[in-house]
Amino acid sequence: MSWLTPELIEIVIAVLKSVVILLAVVVCGALLSFVERRLLGLWQDRYGPNRVGPYGMFQIAADMLKMFFKEDWTPPFADKVIFTLAPIIAMGALLTAFVIIPVTPTWGVADLNIGLLFFFAMAGLSVYAVLFAGWSSNNKFALLGSLRASAQTISYEVFLALALMGIVAQVGSFNMRAIVDYQAQHLWFIIPQFFGFCTFFIAGVAVTHRHPFDQPEAEQELADGYHIEYAGMKWGMFFVGEYIGIVTISALLVTLFFGGWHGPFGILPQIPFVWFALKTCFFIMLFILLRASIPRPRYDQVMAFSWKFCLPLTLINLLVTGALVLAAAQ
Amino acid sequence: MTADTALSIPPYKADDQDVVVELNSRFGAESITLQATRTGMPVIWVAREKLIEVLTYLRNLPRPYVMLYDLHGVDERLRTQRRGLPDADFSVFYHLLSIERNSDVMIKVALSEDDLNLPSATRIWPNANWYEREVWDMYGITFAGHPHLSRIMMPPTWEGHPLRKDYPARATEFDPFSLTLAKQQLEEEAARFKPEDWGMKRGGEHEDYMFLNLGPNHPSAHGAFRIILQLDGEEIVDCVPEVGYHHRGAEKMAERQSWHSFIPYTDRIDYLGGVMNNLPYVLAVEKLAGIKVPDRVDFIRVMMAEFFRINSHLLFLGTYIQDVGAMTPVFFTFTDRQRAYRVIEAITGFRMHPAWYRIGGVAHDLPRGWDKLVQEFVDWLPKRLDEYEKAALQNSILRGRTIGVAAYNTRQALEWGVTGSGLRATGLDFDLRKARPYSGYENFEFEIPLAANGDAYDRCLIRVEEMRQSLRIIEQCLKNMPAGAYKADHPLTTPPPKERTLQHIETLITHFLQVSWGPVMPANEAFQMIEATKGINSYYLTSDGSTMSYRTRIRTPSFPHLQQIPAVINGSMVADLIAYLGSIDFVMADVDR
Repeated sequence: MSWLTPELIEIVIAVLKSVVILLAVVVCGALLSFVERRLLGLWQDRYGPNRVGPYGMFQIAADMLKMFFKEDWTPPFADKVIFTLAPIIAMGALLTAFVIIPVTPTWGVADLNIGLLFFFAMAGLSVYAVLFAGWSSNNKFALLGSLRASAQTISYEVFLALALMGIVAQVGSFNMRAIVDYQAQHLWFIIPQFFGFCTFFIAGVAVTHRHPFDQPEAEQELADGYHIEYAGMKWGMFFVGEYIGIVTISALLVTLFFGGWHGPFGILPQIPFVWFALKTCFFIMLFILLRASIPRPRYDQVMAFSWKFCLPLTLINLLVTGALVLAAAQ
Repeated sequence: MTADTALSIPPYKADDQDVVVELNSRFGAESITLQATRTGMPVIWVAREKLIEVLTYLRNLPRPYVMLYDLHGVDERLRTQRRGLPDADFSVFYHLLSIERNSDVMIKVALSEDDLNLPSATRIWPNANWYEREVWDMYGITFAGHPHLSRIMMPPTWEGHPLRKDYPARATEFDPFSLTLAKQQLEEEAARFKPEDWGMKRGGEHEDYMFLNLGPNHPSAHGAFRIILQLDGEEIVDCVPEVGYHHRGAEKMAERQSWHSFIPYTDRIDYLGGVMNNLPYVLAVEKLAGIKVPDRVDFIRVMMAEFFRINSHLLFLGTYIQDVGAMTPVFFTFTDRQRAYRVIEAITGFRMHPAWYRIGGVAHDLPRGWDKLVQEFVDWLPKRLDEYEKAALQNSILRGRTIGVAAYNTRQALEWGVTGSGLRATGLDFDLRKARPYSGYENFEFEIPLAANGDAYDRCLIRVEEMRQSLRIIEQCLKNMPAGAYKADHPLTTPPPKERTLQHIETLITHFLQVSWGPVMPANEAFQMIEATKGINSYYLTSDGSTMSYRTRIRTPSFPHLQQIPAVINGSMVADLIAYLGSIDFVMADVDR
């Protein structure tokens, strides 16, 4: 067993950890469909799925069976390659973005120096899912959906990145672990970077196309918009992709603004994973609560809100942070 | 109607003879023929040559007839009881409504079978458009000068004109239907939208337009309703609403059903209105028969009608908020509707379509304990309404989506035939329950909510307030429910009186005939309009002295409301259209009948 060098063991363990983490994210994403329906049921004065298994917990299995055995139909008028590519991007982009998230001090897929930049890149890529789906479907509703998606993404990704630059300026690094450590030593960024948090949260919702930024699908207007022509597993990948997006953005919010795996005031440092999971669940729930509680603004109102309110706010936030960082360095 | 300001509405004047005097002095007594009816308005036959002149005159009178309330035809060929009327194979009637007089007039034109032509009235009232299309569709009468005379209720490939008396009313009278591939392709091709047919361009100078087919299956079309949008980006350049997918020929069915057995069909016209639909029909039949109902009947009818108004408005509220993207309130309003249904079910035995009113009364007396159930509902709902207002209607996103969206003023509303909340949202205080009380509404204290902007938001606020007023009416019914019979004592009521049947052979025979054939209504015409859930709904009945109606015209509010869509929405965005459709509050059965 001489080939089993300590380095190799380390690599194998790292790979195993990565696989476990990413699988856990996918499973969480899939489970979320059940969680969302039950939570919506709770808030909407009804039951939600409660028949399959205890408390309806096996609903997800039933749904998956259904989806696997549905005809995977590609419309004859669609552009086949791009039509197939779109759901892969939808599921892949934000899942890949999860690699930068440090789950606990010892667990995490990748510890990139350019962690945040990698996330921005993946968020930028994720719009191609909607764009490709809408364009290749050759359907007018889908096309309108993807038009909305591109306009919305351009508007919101501008300040998605800018909203976090305050953090980068304060920490002096794009590395996620550095950001978490900085928060443990100083304050959680939710306080000094409150406006950054607000705008990043809004942009995060927009990136995942969740209500009220579900303009590209807007059921009442576009009858599901960009994925109107999808069925079976391809549709399922869009579906799970959306939930993975929620998990990723929630995890990012926790890591960037709420101290990652640290408990409040440094209590109970023995259970980093529990802290991380609890906080992430809270934000996931917030996403669902948003969907349950507010109407959808009109598409031009969404644009106006982005350019006229959020963007100036992030710029001011960045300027003030920069000035303070400079002043502190003097 | 000259200004957009609110008018003061005089008390209702039934059989208002002023207009007859005016027409006499302008056109001479020899050019008009008066018909005596029980419609509550002067019915005047004029010659075809004078028609447009007369209509234009009535439109431009001081205190004008601003609204073309209804326009339809009658196949007169089999009608036996028409003494003193001009000879006619077909006739077309124009029912005009004046707000400033608060009275109506009906103009009729006689047509002979070999010359079924009329000049179009679309230049006088824009909403004549769809009505004339329907008359052409149903009777084959053409209108010269009509911008687009085509099928509206029947598919474009249809042959024949269904409301003609020689057109069969039952499927068994036709050859069996089969759909061949060739036929399917033909139908599909006929349903294809060709912009040129509607005078639309496929592109502008620098752009091509997208023609988006919204419906007939679309989550926000509220039924089988198709609207074809000409889009520049997301802006609606023009649009063509297409109706008829829900057409079931209720007016034709009425000609085959006894006066009594047609009542369940009325429930399904505005299928959210339940017994509210029975009301104008039974009131009109009672006018024909000369039945006066006891007070208790009036109270019971009003109470149940208001229950259904609340139920319909609750559904409106939930779906309206859902249409602008908030998914939760609709579940709560359905919980409330369930509460109302509990009361309705206890009283009538059914939920959505009780068909509970009878000619001369209601089906049975109120059950024991009804007051407790009603009281529970009256206590329950106001808190919920406050909640909806706080949680949803004051939400800034919802306000942003609906304030100023799809707004029109009183003048536009009247010329398109808009009634109900859509009219009152423009500030005009015209609610039939106050303006022309029927079924004892004059005995109740309630207010008519008004708004000023006439936009999608105001239409919703008015309906919420109307629910509160309906609760007030129900509460008064609860407190003051008179004792007495739940059915009038009259030989023409249904089911017929049975008390003495086992003592007199003559009464037994009559009873047998009235149950098996149904009552025979005296030959005449009667008419009744009511403030239904979605606007003014009316039945115009023609009796030929038979057990069945000779002609039943059902005027529904949603039909003109949909016709108005292009005039309101062009230039707005797709999302505005959805908010607007939600705010109209229509059901397709109420459009297509």
